[in-house]
Amino acid sequence: MSSLSSSPLAMPAPSLPKKLSRPALVLIILGALALISIALFMTLGAKGSWSFVLSFRGKKLLSLVLVAYAISVSTVLFQTVTNNRILTPSIMGFDALYVLIKTAIVFFLGVGALISIDSQIQFLVEVLVMVGASSLLFRWLFLGEERSLHLLVLVGIVFGILFRSLGNFMQRMLDPGAFNVLQDTLFASFSTTDPAILAISCVVVAAVSLVGLRLIHTYDVLSLGRSQAINLGVEYKRTVAIILVLVAILVSISTALVGPVTFFGLLVATLAHSLVGNSKHRYVLPAAILLAIICLVGGQTLLERVFAFDTALSIIIEFLGGIVFIFLVMRKSAR
Amino acid sequence: MLILASLITLAMAVVSLFVGVSDVSLASLFAGGMDSRAVEVLFISRIPRTMALMLAGGSMAIAGLVMQMIVRNRFVEPSTTGTMESAGLGFLLVTLFAPGWPLIAKMAVSALFALGGTALFLRILRAVPLRDVLLVPLIGIMLAGVIGAVTYFVAYRANLVASLLAWEMGDFSGVLRGRYELLWIGLVSAVLAYIVADRMTLAGMGKDFATNLGINHRAVVSLGLSIVAVVSAVVLVTVGMIPFLGLIVPNVVSLMVGDNMRRSVPWVAVGGAGIVLACDITGRLIRFPYEIPISVVMGVVGSVVFLYLLLRTQKRVAA
Repeated sequence: MSSLSSSPLAMPAPSLPKKLSRPALVLIILGALALISIALFMTLGAKGSWSFVLSFRGKKLLSLVLVAYAISVSTVLFQTVTNNRILTPSIMGFDALYVLIKTAIVFFLGVGALISIDSQIQFLVEVLVMVGASSLLFRWLFLGEERSLHLLVLVGIVFGILFRSLGNFMQRMLDPGAFNVLQDTLFASFSTTDPAILAISCVVVAAVSLVGLRLIHTYDVLSLGRSQAINLGVEYKRTVAIILVLVAILVSISTALVGPVTFFGLLVATLAHSLVGNSKHRYVLPAAILLAIICLVGGQTLLERVFAFDTALSIIIEFLGGIVFIFLVMRKSAR
Repeated sequence: MLILASLITLAMAVVSLFVGVSDVSLASLFAGGMDSRAVEVLFISRIPRTMALMLAGGSMAIAGLVMQMIVRNRFVEPSTTGTMESAGLGFLLVTLFAPGWPLIAKMAVSALFALGGTALFLRILRAVPLRDVLLVPLIGIMLAGVIGAVTYFVAYRANLVASLLAWEMGDFSGVLRGRYELLWIGLVSAVLAYIVADRMTLAGMGKDFATNLGINHRAVVSLGLSIVAVVSAVVLVTVGMIPFLGLIVPNVVSLMVGDNMRRSVPWVAVGGAGIVLACDITGRLIRFPYEIPISVVMGVVGSVVFLYLLLRTQKRVAA
């Protein structure tokens, strides 16, 4: 336990009085920006009946906000329990895992399963399988021996490629009719979200948030690292296992709603950490959520209404995210 | 040993001649005479395809080996350094702006982009002071992602996404006589790599060491990078991307015969040709009469082997 006396504990002490106002200020500004982008999204360029526009766009907005919430919370929590700022669930190939599971269901049970079973039950089954599979992967990677961060990231990326190729492989083995049906369900986009799934996603996200809130006092401690957290009285393995399950559920929901977005979580979490200026989850979590809402809702408004591109948002996110990632990795190793 | 491996590869090449939807067998070849359908299929489709498989496999594996020597890292190859993606971007741009150019000119532009992409990668690496073995492929894969996003964006604006995805996917089913001959350039590059193999090995020991031994380090590195760029562009333009091929073959060979490039080049070439043949035949047979593209089969095989290599080094370091 000699490592306890080393630097991490000494971190949050200096210059408190000045910094105390900064996170609050940041949160207020972000909140205002998020409200503005939501208002713009709902009203800009609207023609005709307001009741139709509002309910039509309201559904889109709800799914955007849900996705923003799910991605930002899952990324921040994942980074906390794995104790790093680079790895995110989607870089680990989690959304590819979801696609793989969905393909495997069609592959082994046939298209009939996809059509005949109620979409809500189907969604719940997929989430369950996803939680099981990802918990296994997490346990193996994070709760076993200590591994170097670079190895984890690289292994995660290669796992992502493996899941993607396996999914692709299974899709090729399906007959073309089944493949078409599957492709329809995999290519979810903001405009064609199934209201039933949207409703059940809201319920699940609310439940996850409740469990997450009960654990909120452990987040800051967990981010100090494994030995410190254990030393400070956190039941490490159990808490981490629970949080990883929450992360897996959130990732399944966001992937089910919009499909894979590799770098979005990384972008948002990194920005949130650097804007807030400290690593208290009280500030970082809401900041990340607000940022995600601003990026998705605001970005979508900008692209749809101002530039008239429609689906290019994910490409831009991918581009920026990749650059941020290279930068982060380089800075990390320069230190 | 090497002879045995070559024989196995040759045997697979012969098998490859006789696998496919259209019936080509020794009996049907002899029955119909010289202008029967079977003979026609053999010469127009099967022989070109088999040649293309061996040429692409061998030269990509060698490109990977050269890259690993130059960067001095086991986990790099054209698809983990942004080289392939840059070649793709170059090809897309030249197709957009000069659709009338002959294929070889497009290939040349694509090779130039590949060279540029690799240079960018090396430039970024130089900015990283403390080099972890695993950091290098990590940066490379991300750079590949960024360049890929740019390519995708251009294709998206030009309404070419579907064709971009189609020609970037490694697939040998479209190889016919007259459409694969560029791959012979890959063979020339491979022979060149063999000729300069000793100098490459020395250059792989580091700049100071190599200069001390009388090697023009800069020239050797430039030559190596050009070989890699040309091979990547040629393979990309004719058959598409074959992920991880250049990574797993040299690594497995180096586990078997060590790191002397003069000795490993023939092994790598034969191994690359062999594994590509095996994957392609598998893809042709597993869902007969349909085909599974080689990039999908290689994606599964390659990532599993890559994972094994990664976790294996980790154990050795930990022990």
